[in-house]
Amino acid sequence: MVWYIARRFLQLIPVFLGATLLVYFLVFSLPGDATAAICGERGCTPAVVAGLREQYNLDQPFWIQYLLYLKGVLTFDLGTNFSGRPIATIIAEVFPTTAKLAIMALVIEAVFGIVFGLIAGLRKGRIFDSSVLVLSLIVIAVPIFVLGFLMQFLIGVKLQWTNPTVSGDATFTELLLPAIVLGLVSFAYVLRLTRTSIIENVNADYVRTATAKGLSRRRVVVVHVLRNSLIPVVTFLGADLGALMGGAIVTEGIFNVNGVGNTLYRAVLNGDGPMVVSIVTFLILIFCLANLLVDLLYAWLDPRIRYA
Amino acid sequence: MSHSISNEGGRRAARTATAAAPAPAGTPQPLLELRDLAITFTTSNGDVPAVRNAHLTVMPGETVAIVGESGSGKSTTALAAIGLLPGNGRVSHGSIIFDGEDITHASEKRIVELRGSSIGMVPQDPMSNLNPVWKIGFQVRETLKANGLPSGPQDVAKVLAEAGLPDAASRANQYPHEFSGGMRQRALIAIGLSCRPRLLIADEPTSALDVTVQRQILDHLDTMTEELGTAVLLITHDLGLAAERAHKVIVMYKGQVVEAGPALELLTNPRHPYTQKLVASAPSIASRRIESAKRAGVETEDLLAPAAAQGAALDKVIEVEDLTKVFKIRGSWGKSTDFTAVDKVSFSIARGTTTAVVGESGSGKSTVAKMVLGLEGASSGSIRFDGVDITTLGRKQMFDFRRRVQPIFQDPYGSLDPMYNIYRTIEEPLRVHGVGDAKSREKKVRALLDQVALPSSMMQRFPNELSGGQRQRVAIARALALDPEVVICDEAVSALDVLVQAQILNLLADLQAELGLSYLFITHDLAVVRQIADHVAVMEKGKLVEQGTTDEVFDNPRTAYTQALLAAIPGAGLVLPPEVA
Repeated sequence: MVWYIARRFLQLIPVFLGATLLVYFLVFSLPGDATAAICGERGCTPAVVAGLREQYNLDQPFWIQYLLYLKGVLTFDLGTNFSGRPIATIIAEVFPTTAKLAIMALVIEAVFGIVFGLIAGLRKGRIFDSSVLVLSLIVIAVPIFVLGFLMQFLIGVKLQWTNPTVSGDATFTELLLPAIVLGLVSFAYVLRLTRTSIIENVNADYVRTATAKGLSRRRVVVVHVLRNSLIPVVTFLGADLGALMGGAIVTEGIFNVNGVGNTLYRAVLNGDGPMVVSIVTFLILIFCLANLLVDLLYAWLDPRIRYA
Repeated sequence: MSHSISNEGGRRAARTATAAAPAPAGTPQPLLELRDLAITFTTSNGDVPAVRNAHLTVMPGETVAIVGESGSGKSTTALAAIGLLPGNGRVSHGSIIFDGEDITHASEKRIVELRGSSIGMVPQDPMSNLNPVWKIGFQVRETLKANGLPSGPQDVAKVLAEAGLPDAASRANQYPHEFSGGMRQRALIAIGLSCRPRLLIADEPTSALDVTVQRQILDHLDTMTEELGTAVLLITHDLGLAAERAHKVIVMYKGQVVEAGPALELLTNPRHPYTQKLVASAPSIASRRIESAKRAGVETEDLLAPAAAQGAALDKVIEVEDLTKVFKIRGSWGKSTDFTAVDKVSFSIARGTTTAVVGESGSGKSTVAKMVLGLEGASSGSIRFDGVDITTLGRKQMFDFRRRVQPIFQDPYGSLDPMYNIYRTIEEPLRVHGVGDAKSREKKVRALLDQVALPSSMMQRFPNELSGGQRQRVAIARALALDPEVVICDEAVSALDVLVQAQILNLLADLQAELGLSYLFITHDLAVVRQIADHVAVMEKGKLVEQGTTDEVFDNPRTAYTQALLAAIPGAGLVLPPEVA
């Protein structure tokens, strides 16, 4: 088991190299001069431009730039962005907000998705099941920015239950609405996945045997139906955690959350190469770790799976 | 030769006497009574009656068997007694009385109370009836706990040990997938009997297991229920097994009880036509009958039709010599270990006869079949077909070889393409081998359907519209389409109900006589072997341990393994007078 985890960490190395290389190459190939973004509307003198080019190694060929960047990463120096702020500081600043938002969204979609899915699965074909299925279809079908603006308008502006936007502090109550919006689509998927899985398991032979043993209905459902049904759901949730941690560009944009998604978006617009590469690499690593977590959780839930 | 009917399993009868002894004099109260029970399933096409007018009583300590084919309603009837009908099923008429209490429409709470502690269950398939994600010990413990019994680790181990699980204390910490089928069934028996129920419902408790394991498990179940004085409601499709294990047998057919009575009386004097058919065709009984008949000196030819044309030219159509198959099993670190599935097996099939290869699962018998069919390469050794070694054939010659050797597989549900109608299924080999034109092929398909006794109107239908027996007939017709010389039947009748099984075996025998076919019959069922084979080869763990003519092997098994296999045929404990036939 320890060896398995160690091997998975070793696998991160080629993933890291490949991802940075690819992203670096894409940013390098972007049309336009990166210094133009730094200098802004008024422009800089040729001497300043040359100085900037030297400072950010823009005068070097692609390979040298990439290797210099790698060297920086390996010495825990992500460099500075085009505004001159250390990138590591920026990530440290915005990531906690995104992580908080992601975990809140994940908890919301997991709890509600599993509970609703369980009830719908156990009452297959009844009113609750049918209405929940239709609702989940609507949630999946409507684009996230529609849902986002709609809820912001209704709950934030009309009813004024919360602030329509998130302040720099990003408190729990402020983040609740964006977390709901962010988790809404995944909630629909979790619900449907749980429901299907429950329906499949509730007719399994071992469930009938468990009933025949004299267990209460409640225990049969929780211990024998639910645990077995959660295996595919957990896989989905784990992958989703990785995606949510990457920051939701749209949701963070709507609610003005100062998170990873928003920062990345601004960096892309500014053509801020070092910033984009660093954030994307960071996100890839987070995603890989989330996947590792899923695989370990999977083995814990299903003892038939063993890693060696 | 005495013609008296006796039951070597007479301990059963003795047991009733002792079990019934403590009961108060007078008429004892039945433990379970089903009165005029009707069960209905609600489907999208309306209500479908599954069971009608079912009537049965189980006395305390008594074993009652319900016999019937799949779909006869036998499991449904038993499940109703413990309130385990599937969601769309309900008791629509009659009553279920357990120990004097009407539980037909008892509350969920009351039924939960009864389950486990008063009525236990041992389910059919040990592979699917244990929850794969919980340890065996956990699954035993929760049973004890739910029924208010002490549930410490030593109690769990004790229950498992009683069911004959070796090394129970440490086994309790393992997961179901680390258990063999037999061990899982022992665990399920442990669970079923853990709370000392007064009635145990055993739903085909061993039909998914190898014969020798089956016998051990049933013997153990017998001993345990005898010691505990538990009444057993045994559900089985095997009349021989029912007669051997139960005091009373109830025969169900299409949802109705058609006959009920003491086991041996039912065997000797079946009144209902369906029971008569069952008695006549149950392989375990037929096998027993041959033995009795032989002991009485009666010629066996008229009892069944072994296809061996005596004195036919006995040239060898297939000769297998030193056939070996080694599989590489993937291990950790990319290392692999060798596993010898088939180890230097030699046998031959004489033209126009049937050779059976028998063995338990994992004995390598199916691998032999695959190699003879040329579907799996041999690691070493030779397979000669008509004198030519097929292991060295080229692509073109292999194609011709396939035309002359055809398979029939076990599962008629899986071996027919669901998207092909029957005509296309049977015609396909003809088309592939370029035989005749469209018109002559259609004629051939009609003739083939006729040979396997299916109406030609069936040509446009699809496999899912056919019953298991009909599908197997289609599979036979397809195998015969190219006029093969050898047909290899890999468990060809194992998935079928006994009556259908008997029909298919008869069909195969008729076709052999008519067309001069040679059969290689792969099976785990010795009772079937006795009916159809001329020559038997017994395999154990990849090695051929014994071979000879069927009579030699059955009358004089030389190895302990063959003896164990023979002893395990259900109904072996019955002695029937010859005229029972």
